[in-house]
Amino acid sequence: MSNELGRQSESDSGAAPYNFGGEWKPSQLEIDRRAARKARNRRNAAIAILSSIVVIGGLALVAVTSPGWKSLSDTFFAWAYGVEVLPKIILGFGTNVSLTLIASTCVGIFGLSIALIRTSRSPALAPFRILATVYVDVFRGIPMLLVLLLVGFGIPALRIKGLTNNVLILGTLAVVITYTAYVAEVIRSGILTIHPSQRAAARSLGLSHFQSLRYVVLPQAFRRVTPPLLNDLVALIKDTGLVSILGVTDAVRAAQIASSRSFNYTPYVMAAIIFLLVTIPLTRFTDRTLRRSIERQNATGVA
Amino acid sequence: MTQPVLKVNQVRKSYGSEVVLEDISFSVPVHTATVFIGSSGSGKSTLLRCINLLDQIDDGSIELDGEDITAVDADVDKVRRKLGIVFQSFNLFPHMRVIDNITLAPMKVQGISKEDARENANKLLDRFGLHDKAEDYPDRLSGGQQQRVAIIRSIAVAPRLLLLDEITSALDPVLVNEVLSTVRDLKIEGMTMVLATHEMGFAKQVADEVCFLHRGKILEWGTPTQILEAPQQPETKEFLKRVHEAGRL
Ligand SMILES: Nc1ncnc2c1ncn2[C@@H]1O[C@H](COP(=O)(O)OP(=O)(O)O)[C@@H](O)[C@H]1O
Ligand SMILES: [Mg+2]
Repeated sequence: MSNELGRQSESDSGAAPYNFGGEWKPSQLEIDRRAARKARNRRNAAIAILSSIVVIGGLALVAVTSPGWKSLSDTFFAWAYGVEVLPKIILGFGTNVSLTLIASTCVGIFGLSIALIRTSRSPALAPFRILATVYVDVFRGIPMLLVLLLVGFGIPALRIKGLTNNVLILGTLAVVITYTAYVAEVIRSGILTIHPSQRAAARSLGLSHFQSLRYVVLPQAFRRVTPPLLNDLVALIKDTGLVSILGVTDAVRAAQIASSRSFNYTPYVMAAIIFLLVTIPLTRFTDRTLRRSIERQNATGVA
Repeated sequence: MTQPVLKVNQVRKSYGSEVVLEDISFSVPVHTATVFIGSSGSGKSTLLRCINLLDQIDDGSIELDGEDITAVDADVDKVRRKLGIVFQSFNLFPHMRVIDNITLAPMKVQGISKEDARENANKLLDRFGLHDKAEDYPDRLSGGQQQRVAIIRSIAVAPRLLLLDEITSALDPVLVNEVLSTVRDLKIEGMTMVLATHEMGFAKQVADEVCFLHRGKILEWGTPTQILEAPQQPETKEFLKRVHEAGRL
């Protein structure tokens, strides 16, 4: 078996005591070991497949053979009806998407600002530091649904001229208020994990406080908090569905309208599937990013 | 005699009730190297940090080119631009390539164009045998290479004075020499330096003056030969004996 690898090496270095990269053939020991490993892997795969079939198939069987299955599938999985209402739900989902884009942009800007204020030591910012701390503590501790109700129904009730009554804007505002508090904390924790010696090195090179943040601290901090930020993004996408209680016609609201007309819950299932089509890939992506960032941190031994 | 680059006058520094530096006075003429020796905890790092204004002194004053940098209205950023410091733990920026580590301060602090900064950085990397590492990230380099990059980074802004704090202490013995020879080269080129080190052989080679720091005080100072070969104070003798036993002489 003279292979490609063998040809790359200098085979005429015959005098050398060690023939690195020469014509290497695995020993019988290694061949046996590989065969054993392969057999073990094959057995493991077989067990995994078999147990999956038994468990998932069993659960499906229990569901399908249960006395209520007929009415259940009629109420939740009426696919023909589902397809009929799908365009309306997709149209509604457009609202969720644009709300997500606008809200996440605002959350990013405000979250970063608050994180910077909370980690600064400038005496001039002292009052803002206190306000930022109170803000974060309050809005991380209130259910978003309550914030949504307070903002969506409370602000219009004030009847102040010039203030908007637009439920979409108010809904977005509530989402931004809540998520800014979460994201500010994530970014702040990222900033705090950067060792002070990095800042000292930057400052000793003559970089200003702001430049040290901009070029040294923040790029490293963001790398570390990308996975939790992506997690928050997934959560934000889901929570845009909550603005439906204000009467915003998003995917959830569209499904609600359809189902209240027909007393069938398939539109809700359709809406759920649409959310999943976006959130599952994003969740997978987040997982991969997290794994990468852990690998990178383990690879970098020196601070 | 011309004005010294650095003049330290009766500096005192304490952390809480612990006095770390007491009545420290010395001056560093241009193109010379002053080496601080002394056991761990004697205050060497604190002294260098005070000179760099990373720490605030409690009394006394520090002059750089005749200007009091410890004055209340001193421009800290401007002072730091004239000083380079290299730490024991390298402190390279891990998210930047070697070349970007070096060009960051010239570009952002001195306002040098990217092309010029890169050209200068490449020249320096070339001179210290690291030209093939320009595009690598710091974690791909050995400790000795990282520390040499850190040195290059701090001299890329052409500082008036270079502060080196036990720059070989975190390195494998085999990597120490490449870093020390870089510093010797800088000395030959006329860089003014203040160093803290445990490498006595190296101190003998580069120092114009050696100061023995003991519990925050300069107990003894003089030429390398005076201090390292004929110390007068019992504490200095004791310290050198311990270093000798550790095999670093
Ligand atoms: N930030 C700090 N807070 C309190 N004590 C400190 C601090 N930094 C250094 N010290 C103390 O100052 C003394 C001198 O430390 P250092 O300057 O690091 O000595 P050396 O560099 O000679 O080993 C030590 O006793 C140390 O514990
Ligand atoms: Mg030290």
